[in-house]
Amino acid sequence: MNTFSKADKNTLLFVIIITMLAPFILNPFPEGSAMAQFNAGYPDLMQRFAIFGILAVGFNILFGLTGYLSFGHAAFLGVGSYSAVWMFKLLSMNIIPALILSVIIAGIFALVIGFISLRRSGIYFSILTLAFAQMSFSLAYSVLTPITNGETGLQITLNDPRILDGGTGAGNLPVTGLFGLEMRNTFTLDLGAWAFQFNVGYYICAIFLILAFYLSMRIFRSPFGLMLRAIKTNQTRLNYTGLNSRPYTLAAFVISGMYAGLAGGLMAAMDPLAGAERMQWTASGEIVLMTILGGAGTLLGPVLGAGFIKYFENIFSKINDNVLHTWFSILPDGLENAIVWVLHFFVGKGWHLTLGMLFMLVVIFLPGGLMEGADRIRARFGRNKGKGEDTPNATNPAE
Amino acid sequence: MDQFLLQVLNGLDKGSAYALIALGLTLIFGTLGVVNFAHGALFMVGAFCAVSMQKIFEISKITIDATKTDFLGNPLKVKTPYVIEWFGESAGNAMINWSVPLAILLAIPVMLLVGYIMERGLIKHFYKRPHADQILVTFGLAIVIQEIVKASYGANPIPTPAPSQFVGSFDFGVLLGMDPNAVIYPYWRLIYFAFSAVIISAVFAFLRFTTFGMVVRAGMADRETVGLLGINIDRRFTLMFGAAAAVAGLAGVMYTPINSPNYHMGMDFLVLSFVVVVVGGMGSLPGAVLAGFMLGILESFASMNAVKEFFEMLYLPSIDQIIIYLVAIIVLLTRPRGLMGKAGVMEE
Amino acid sequence: MGILEVQNVNKSFGGLKALQNVNLNIEEGTIHAIIGPNGAGKSTLLNCFVGKLVPDTGTVMFNGQSLLGIKPHEINQTGVSRVFQTPEIFTDLSVMENVLIPCFAKRDGAFKMNALNRVRNEVDIQEKAEQMLIDVNMIDKRDMIASSMSRGDKRRLEMAMCLAQDPKLLLLDEPTAGMARADTNNTIDLLSEIQDRRHITMAVIEHDMHVVFSLAQKISVLAQGTVIVEDLPENIKGHPKVQEAYLGGAH
Repeated sequence: MNTFSKADKNTLLFVIIITMLAPFILNPFPEGSAMAQFNAGYPDLMQRFAIFGILAVGFNILFGLTGYLSFGHAAFLGVGSYSAVWMFKLLSMNIIPALILSVIIAGIFALVIGFISLRRSGIYFSILTLAFAQMSFSLAYSVLTPITNGETGLQITLNDPRILDGGTGAGNLPVTGLFGLEMRNTFTLDLGAWAFQFNVGYYICAIFLILAFYLSMRIFRSPFGLMLRAIKTNQTRLNYTGLNSRPYTLAAFVISGMYAGLAGGLMAAMDPLAGAERMQWTASGEIVLMTILGGAGTLLGPVLGAGFIKYFENIFSKINDNVLHTWFSILPDGLENAIVWVLHFFVGKGWHLTLGMLFMLVVIFLPGGLMEGADRIRARFGRNKGKGEDTPNATNPAE
Repeated sequence: MDQFLLQVLNGLDKGSAYALIALGLTLIFGTLGVVNFAHGALFMVGAFCAVSMQKIFEISKITIDATKTDFLGNPLKVKTPYVIEWFGESAGNAMINWSVPLAILLAIPVMLLVGYIMERGLIKHFYKRPHADQILVTFGLAIVIQEIVKASYGANPIPTPAPSQFVGSFDFGVLLGMDPNAVIYPYWRLIYFAFSAVIISAVFAFLRFTTFGMVVRAGMADRETVGLLGINIDRRFTLMFGAAAAVAGLAGVMYTPINSPNYHMGMDFLVLSFVVVVVGGMGSLPGAVLAGFMLGILESFASMNAVKEFFEMLYLPSIDQIIIYLVAIIVLLTRPRGLMGKAGVMEE
Repeated sequence: MGILEVQNVNKSFGGLKALQNVNLNIEEGTIHAIIGPNGAGKSTLLNCFVGKLVPDTGTVMFNGQSLLGIKPHEINQTGVSRVFQTPEIFTDLSVMENVLIPCFAKRDGAFKMNALNRVRNEVDIQEKAEQMLIDVNMIDKRDMIASSMSRGDKRRLEMAMCLAQDPKLLLLDEPTAGMARADTNNTIDLLSEIQDRRHITMAVIEHDMHVVFSLAQKISVLAQGTVIVEDLPENIKGHPKVQEAYLGGAH
């Protein structure tokens, strides 16, 4: 561990504490209180925090360091999910072989797609990855139906062979696990009015998130990471310095594809099904948004961005007109209705509109994301500790 | 032979749409240096201009006809569209019938305005920002436009029929001495193709023969120099953006009878239009048009039963869904600049 | 035998003949200046050395190896470094990081997947980069972000980056363009010091005759795409062909 500076160690420690104590931190409001709807400490959502955290951390290795904007990362997520479900169908419900296959297959996909897309840079690259993602979506949705089960999505069934577990052909559908430890197991700790849930699946995801984060930290601080940042700044100089940028970008692309594959595999490990919609361009857009919202090129930003988006997606989607009416019931009726009418477009099914707006606002006003925002606030209050190594590259496109 | 001809014809309408969107994308990219991920949304907004026109014409006045009763025994409420009330039976009905072509009149000012607001309000501030930011902000805008349309018009496709005179098909086969019904082609698709041919020619003529067009072409070739000549290039760029928006919008209006518009049609077309631009060659207008039609026709060929069956033997059913991407990959691997791409465009 | 031998190089852009039968011979260990009026083809020639352009015909041999048709990074790995007219540096990175990159490139080659090492722990590379910064007198600026420096500093940084690779041939495209007189003199001193200490062969494109005659041991005069004279500095002054090229070419 002595390879990292003090600031880095603190960041890592912060991530470990946050993820390990998440069931407490995300559950601040007592059960049954009016605020309980803002709790996020239940297994399903916490798993998503960790999984999308991994996804964003991986995307950041490509976009944050090299500046290559991929619009097709959801494809690798989907590939990871499909691979994992196939492993559950053919081999065993143990998540380890499933995750290994997810990462490998996603890596191979990334190698092929990257090899072609990276022949170009800038806008061209973004368009190519977008086209590849749409193609993968079409492949999954219709062309490769025998492998992906098309529209319905790929699921496990009782008749699957499952060589290692021995297909039973009867009884309930088996559940995913780690050497017998079931992912769905949850231990609930009741403390007064609070009920804290500790879920096996979440902790598995959390451990992978910490490992993923640690690895990305190593990459950021390595000579390889330095070259990737150099590519973002000035590729011409890099070439005239005797360095071949292509294998560097390809390696970054494959690594971040493997991260996405891991995330997809984990998704399937938590809930063993895979559908084509996971690969759509909207999903890719969401990954980009998480990363830039948190702060592309920073270590911690993508994790925060993923948590932020997934939290608000969850909260916003649950709010409907009735909830709004109860919130604003103290206001006069006309005003109440007017406010509810306006907000109606942004909550519930209108979450995507909020997402789109957020996207624009972040790009326009805060290109460095939440991390830049935090820096600005810190600077304003005069406690300018200096950026140090924590944000080596707090992307400042203004120059 | 007749099958062949049929597929060429079938490919033309989609090809026209691709070509028109790709043309606008190329114009904006060539002049402003911005890749507009919201261009598909503009196409969709155009389509919804047709929907709006139809809805406007169908706004009805409700009168009570005391002489008749409905099935519950209440006096019958009769809906009379205002257009019929104002312009008389035959003119009013004709307007409702022709609402799609008439929507062009609505679409032109709407699209110019949308384009103007977009360029002045948003895109302008992104000329000097990195490409990634331009992509991201227009992508966000595309989502916003799409969601607004979804919230206002619902998620389901809305049927917008062509004027009744154009329902039915033209029998091409008879014209060429083949059996009747061998090669038939819906009238409206024929009109769509003709319409897009006119628009494309108009754009090219405009760029070729007007001073404005000359400046734009010069700007596409070398933006900085034109800026140095003291020509107010900013204002021309705004106009250019408005024009590109209008082209996309008109393509959308006229496309509605072919496929009922829905809120995500824009993005579906955008991705393919990008592929078209890349295949045609970034920054090349003729390339965009050529590749648009080529890929449209190719897609149509891939949906032929014989072709599909062949690929099904290779375990690739519905090859038509991905044929465009496959071709794009092959083109890029063999001709990285695209079919008609110029040297030095996006090759950093 | 020169370290860089250019024979019969032709290059045209469309109808414009930028280079016509250019012959050039740069001796090892010398500073060779290439001068000529604007548009004479100096930069085109330099671009042919580093793989940015490929000549239509002719040969470019470096150390007995042809440079034609190989990629810029491969040319650089054979020992040719270039300083650009407008400094090409990694603007978002710190000064130290800017110098670290060529040090890694020198040691590890065009690509090495060392994603798990730590930049800080690469002691030999760190020391070399520091030494480089001391040599160009920039060690006090090691943690500055490169984009925030003055133009002169950027150029010195670029020079340090090139020198960090221990090149056999250093190409300099107007190294003093846009510099104040004091900075120009510093650069002259720096270059001659480098030459004394490391015996690096240099090819300099320059407009400023003060720089040219302070540094060059040999001068080639390029006019309208051809080398009209190649001689020692003392013979270039007052050479009739050179005067004609400058007076006839300059409007």
